[in-house]
Order: sequence, then structure tokens, then C-alpha cells
Amino acid sequence: MSDAVHKKTLAQLVAGLRAKEFSSVELTRLFIERIEASQPKLNAFISITKEQAMAAAEAADRDLAAARGGALTGVPIAHKDLFCTAGVRTTCGSRMLDNFVSPYDATVVAKLKAAGVVSLGKTNMDEFAMGSSNETSYFGPVRNPWNPELVPGGSSGGSAAAVAARLTPLATATDTGGSIRQPAALCGVTGLKPTYGRVSRYGMVAFASSLDQGGTITATAEDAALVMREMAGFDPNDSTSVDQPVPDYVASLGTPLTGLKIGLLKEFFDKGLDPENERRIREALAIYEKLGAQLREVSLPNLPLSVPAYYVVAPAECSSNLARFDGVRFGHRCKDPRDLMDLYKRSRGEGFGAEVKRRIMTGTYVLSAGYYDAYYLKAQKVRQLITADFSRAFGEVDVLMGPTTPTAAFAIGAKTSDPITMYLNDIYTIGANLAGLPAMSIPCGFAQGLPVGLQIVGPHFSEAKLLNVAHVYQRETDWHTRVPERYS
Amino acid sequence: MALTREQIENIAHLARLELQPTEVPVYQTSLSAILDFVGELDRADTASVAPMAHPLPGLSQRLRPDVITEKDHHELYQENAPQVAAALYLVPKVIE
Repeated sequence: MSDAVHKKTLAQLVAGLRAKEFSSVELTRLFIERIEASQPKLNAFISITKEQAMAAAEAADRDLAAARGGALTGVPIAHKDLFCTAGVRTTCGSRMLDNFVSPYDATVVAKLKAAGVVSLGKTNMDEFAMGSSNETSYFGPVRNPWNPELVPGGSSGGSAAAVAARLTPLATATDTGGSIRQPAALCGVTGLKPTYGRVSRYGMVAFASSLDQGGTITATAEDAALVMREMAGFDPNDSTSVDQPVPDYVASLGTPLTGLKIGLLKEFFDKGLDPENERRIREALAIYEKLGAQLREVSLPNLPLSVPAYYVVAPAECSSNLARFDGVRFGHRCKDPRDLMDLYKRSRGEGFGAEVKRRIMTGTYVLSAGYYDAYYLKAQKVRQLITADFSRAFGEVDVLMGPTTPTAAFAIGAKTSDPITMYLNDIYTIGANLAGLPAMSIPCGFAQGLPVGLQIVGPHFSEAKLLNVAHVYQRETDWHTRVPERYS
Repeated sequence: MALTREQIENIAHLARLELQPTEVPVYQTSLSAILDFVGELDRADTASVAPMAHPLPGLSQRLRPDVITEKDHHELYQENAPQVAAALYLVPKVIE
């Protein structure tokens, strides 16, 4: 096996396994060794499932030898630790679920298993996916592979760091307000948040049910297309899953971009955008022009209200979803409860971390008697305005582009004291969640040596178009192939 | 908008969260700041706007036929329970 196998894309690994260049057992051992070696530095994983992985890899090799199996047979994967995995603990980055072993697989996990993947373990994350820096995890922060003093972004920080350091070619992730795209941008990898309802939420620990969506973190858009083809689709177990055929995301890759109308989101090129990040974004846009696309500026006047709308809707839904953690049926229970109220309050007070409690209380307040209309109802109306802005824009252009984040990765501890400063990290990503739109972040260069992400947003169910738009750019550039020196 | 200590304690009670005395002023400050921040929503004119009910236009929550589809898994599910006896979840005595 050559030294650079860990730098191969998912597509190359699939081909290599078929051509018997290496076995799944060899691949799995290689990536497990890389994970174990990285753990003291990066802390990207909460659980490493070496034994199960090796057994699954042996089974995959038997399937490959017999020319059986699925599209991804033998390929290693890591799951964000909020996807339920039967027999393997699912912590959601919380003390509350420290010992929780799910009795069933999430639909995403089951579908990818059926496609043949070999799971290496569960990636670290902000507690209950509430955070933008992976610092709220009960299991400690994840560090950015480009510079261990910096955050990887969040909440899918473990998944993004793991793919960036090539500890796995593929990781699942979820995005409620930017939790796939923001860490993908800060770690220099490709993140796809699909349309709301495109990927089943069954078995994803719920945070904000009208916003949560599962997706992928990979090195390339082609890899994301390969995985989305397997994980998207209708699921009767998720009442918000949409019954629409899944297109062949791989087949449409390579379609020329001649005549593609790209809208530049005026509101995203604001005073908060770091000038060097802006230069990288403008350079990427110039490449798109060279590829035949037309650029025009579009304005979404209500978009600046997306962060305040989100910080009403998301905490409200969080306070309702997290009510299930009561210390009775599963999860943390306090010692020697005096009575039932004491059991509830202490189990929850001990089991949840500071940011989760903050969100639950914010949500409880905005939903409480006398405040519902002023906050929750108002936010849902503003959400409608933001969605209408996007619809108008997509009447004029095919996709929208702009930065994923205002700045490159920031220092661990730099934003923990002020929640609102932290919340503003997601200023460019939250709009797509509020409107249920698919969006990607792809690497487009470096600012002060740190990765910068270009965000691409499309109309509902336009994943095939987004993946192609990203793929054609990645054929012209090599930013997506860059790996931090320590991990190359 | 500044929330009082009593308001924070009441919210925590409604949310069934026990707070340490040192946590109360921390949440007083941050929740007040968050409410000020989301107060920006008042700038939007929403007089003639219907609140969003579903992120995808024209769609609403799907219902399924009201039939039993789940098998009895209580033994498996109760493996995660803190305290169980005779297939029942145990909690401190509720009725005196």
C-alpha cells in the first residue's frame, strides 16, 4: 500500500478497493492508526470502534472478493456522535448521554451501512450540536488540524477536523444553523447541508426540528455526491422527510457552467467580512466567470434578521426537544433524588452543560405565557420574509454565492465569554437553514495560512446543481487537496 | 431588557433545571443580552405576514394511518434506564 493512500479521495478509494490495490482491512487499519495517533492533539473522536471496524472491514473484503456489496463497500466512515448507532454509545457530546447506547441505527447510518461503509467511530461535537467552535463538548474541545491553538468550528468540529487531517475520507455531520458549513470552511474541507427533508432525521438526536438536517463532510464535491446518492431519500420514520426521487448526483457532475447565473449576496459582503477572506472569495468568483458563469449582485433585505430569528426559533425548539431528558427512561440521573421534582431538576442541571442550559432557558422564556407572540410568532413571520427574499433571488439567478464565515478559524477560548459574539459566527449560514435550502462550503484558498470557505446556496432540492457547481470549480483548483503538513 | 434574579429562577424552574447560585447571575446577564439581541426582530414589518409553519412551501406535516407498527422492545429499551423493576421505570414516590 503506498504512503499516500490516506490522501486519496473517496472516489479513488472506491476504485482502489475494486481494483484490489488495497483491501478494506488495510484501509481501516491505516485510518484507525491515524485516528489513534491524532487523538491526544486533535480530540476529534469521542468513540473509536476499532474491533467492530476491523470485523466490518473483513466482511467488506469478502463481499469485494465475491463482487457483492454496495456502492461504498469497504470505505471507512466516521459518524457525528448524534447519529444513533446500535450497540455503540451515542453521547451527543453531553454528560447527559455519556452512557447511552442506542437500541437502533439512525436511517442515515443504516443506509450507509447497506451501501457497505465501515464505521471507524463517532466524532466529537458541540454538546447537543449547540455551538460554533466545538468548545461546548463534555468530552473537551476539538482542535483545528491547521493550528491546534485554534477552533475547528462547530458543531460538527470533530467531523471536519477528522476529514481535514485525513483521519477518515468521509464523515457524517448535521447542520442546524451552519454546523456543517462553518467547520468545513474553518478546516478547509467540503461540506454539504442538503435541503430540509432530503435526508432522514430519524435517529438524529433532535435539536431544532424545523432546522436540523444531516449531510456530509468530505474532501471533494464528487465524494459528497457519491455519499448523498446513498443517504438521501424518503423515510416513513421521519414525518418531515420528503417523498421525492433521489437524482443521480454523480451522473450530473462535470456539466459545463456556461451561462450559469450566480448571485452575489450583497448582505454577505458587509463590514464584518475580513478583507483577506473577501479577496479569496472574489478570486473564486473570478474563476467562475472564467468558467462561463455570469455574476450579478442580489440583495436579500431581510437576511440581516436571520441570526435574531434563529436565536428565537432554535432555542424554542431545543427547549421542547430536550424536555425528553428527564432522568427517568434514559440518560443521566442524579444521585439520591428527594422527590420527582428534585430528580428532574438535578438530573438535568448536572447532565447539561452551560450553553445547552442557556438555550433551554432562552427557549423556555420565549415560549412562556405572554411572550409567545412577541418572540416565537414574530420570529416565524420574519422567517417567512427571509424565505420570500430567497425565492425572489432564485427567480433571477441559479445559485447564490458568498463567504461561509466572516473570518478564518479563531483561537480556542476567544469567544466563549460572550454568547452573542459566538452566535454571530453563523451570520452567513443561518439563512439557508431558516429557508430550508441546500448549501455547501468548499475550500477556496487561505487567509493568514488558514482555510477560507466559499458558500454556495441553491433552491430547494438543487443538490445536484450545487454539487456540479462545486465539482467544476474543484477541477480548476487544488485547494481541496491541501492537507495540513503534520497530517500529509 | 434586564431579567431579574427571580425571573431567571422561575425560567429555570419551568425548564426543570437546577442552577447553582453562582450560575444565576451568569444567566441573568447572558439571557438579558440575548433578549435584547433578538429584539431586533421588531424592526421587521410583519403586519401582513403569516408565520411559517413548514420550511418547504406548500408542505405540512405528514400523518400516517393510526395503526400499531412497533413491536414490544421494552427489555431492549430499558437497558438504558437508570432504574427499572418488573418492566416499570422507577422514580421517587409521587403519591403520599
